[in-house]
Amino acid sequence: MTGKQLKQALAFNFFRLISLMVVGILFVILGFIMLKGIRVINWEFLTTMPKDGMTGGGIYPAIIGTLCLIAGSISFAFPVGVLSAIYMHEYLKETFLKKLIRTMTNNLAGIPSIVFGLFGMSLFVNTLKFGDSILAGSLTLGLMVLPVIIRTTEEALKSVDDSLRIGSYALGATRLQTIRRVVLPVAFPNIITGLILSIGRVSGETAPILFTVAVYFLPKLPHGIFDQVMALPYHLYVLTTSGTNVTESRPMAYGTAFVLIMIVLMLNLLANLIRRIAGKKTKMN
Amino acid sequence: MSDYKVEVKNLDLFYGDFQALKKINFTAEANTVSAFIGPSGCGKSTLLRMLNRMNDLIDNVHFTGEVYVDGQDIFAKNIDVDELRKKVGMVFQKPNPFPKSIFENVAYGLRVNGVTDKHFIEKKVIDSIKKAALWDEVKDKLKKSAMELSGGQQQRLCIARALAVEPALILMDEPASALDPISTGKIEDLIFELKNQYTIIIVTHNMQQAGRVSDYTAFFYLGELVEWNKTKTIFTSPSDIRTQNYITGRFG
Repeated sequence: MTGKQLKQALAFNFFRLISLMVVGILFVILGFIMLKGIRVINWEFLTTMPKDGMTGGGIYPAIIGTLCLIAGSISFAFPVGVLSAIYMHEYLKETFLKKLIRTMTNNLAGIPSIVFGLFGMSLFVNTLKFGDSILAGSLTLGLMVLPVIIRTTEEALKSVDDSLRIGSYALGATRLQTIRRVVLPVAFPNIITGLILSIGRVSGETAPILFTVAVYFLPKLPHGIFDQVMALPYHLYVLTTSGTNVTESRPMAYGTAFVLIMIVLMLNLLANLIRRIAGKKTKMN
Repeated sequence: MSDYKVEVKNLDLFYGDFQALKKINFTAEANTVSAFIGPSGCGKSTLLRMLNRMNDLIDNVHFTGEVYVDGQDIFAKNIDVDELRKKVGMVFQKPNPFPKSIFENVAYGLRVNGVTDKHFIEKKVIDSIKKAALWDEVKDKLKKSAMELSGGQQQRLCIARALAVEPALILMDEPASALDPISTGKIEDLIFELKNQYTIIIVTHNMQQAGRVSDYTAFFYLGELVEWNKTKTIFTSPSDIRTQNYITGRFG
């Protein structure tokens, strides 16, 4: 083996090792949570209220709460984000304004989530008087993921070949028709990627909901968007750090983590399915 | 009202400071094929894109002069650009079918122009595919994706797509340059066929192609329309030395 080949072999094996390590760590974490969590998973755990100072019963209200927050924040952020991205990419010319908006969006993505929490509390909870509520929490979470959605949507639109737009204009289609009938169907699968990323972030964040919606212990279900809810990530935090009996509630914490992961996983699979079906309809070779 | 399908008068066009077209005067009669030839960057595609106002989509273009299609000043204030583009069909260098079914590709122009009558659309789609000499190859798979067709078939589909909206004029920007010789032959036969019903202007780099399909040929060089005449005349006795040099392959 020549020196060159030896170097190459060494480098490749180094890369291989590193990537295996990354995947390995991921599996260790997942496996750990699963092993510890699955023991407490049963029908009661999934469908009843917590009891006995959160050392018994289930996490039903937290599951419902998290689902409410995902639905609320996505139904706010997804349309707003996608529409702004369409406006920016399809209508706005490459001007100073556009660059400014893009820079701001990128900066927004870098703001720590606790800052969003504080902002949400001051704007939605106090100024707009929504109180601690699903509405305030969803809007706060929505604001947090807005940059993710805008950016992935813009990338998705960018990947649509310009020749398709021009072909559409050449047939007398307006800009709006072109976007609706040609650009969006092609970009849709990649837009869904942004949705998946957002669902993951929204369901896992604790800081933004801390001051805007999440409640320590509330053994009943919400009746409307102005109610407070328990949420899985916050519940997990409570179970691990500040329950009445931390050692007793520790297994419940692993169970909660397991459920959270499963919810995100299932929503991702669902979104992937949508993407696959949509992608088949507009196959690009 | 002019007797010409297309009439270009004293057209000067600039991309920023660069003058891409210099005092162009050109006309095309109905039911003829005109070929624009010339080396790359000579302005022939730019002129073509003026005729359906595709240059509107590019920043920093300005021009003086007039362009008429069917006797209508296409840069007049009251002109609806989308209407104009419906009337002036265009086929591009690289086939650009939409990632939709074969049927929907051809129906697209009708749908965006507000046609909703199902039977009419179906009839028109079949008609256009037949006119584009593609029917026998796709009649059993109209619901299949247009992306599954070969490059040559895709290009004929794009022609069918343009025909479906009944254009008065069809512009072709090097329609066969990305295709193999057999597909190219089919496109050329098709152009010959379509001449009976449509007016066609084709940009081409291929001298033989211009000779085969066109009635008139215009030679462009560095933004000038150097010479423009019956194709036969251009190829047998060009009056300008630059034309002669180009068609005999001495440059370009």
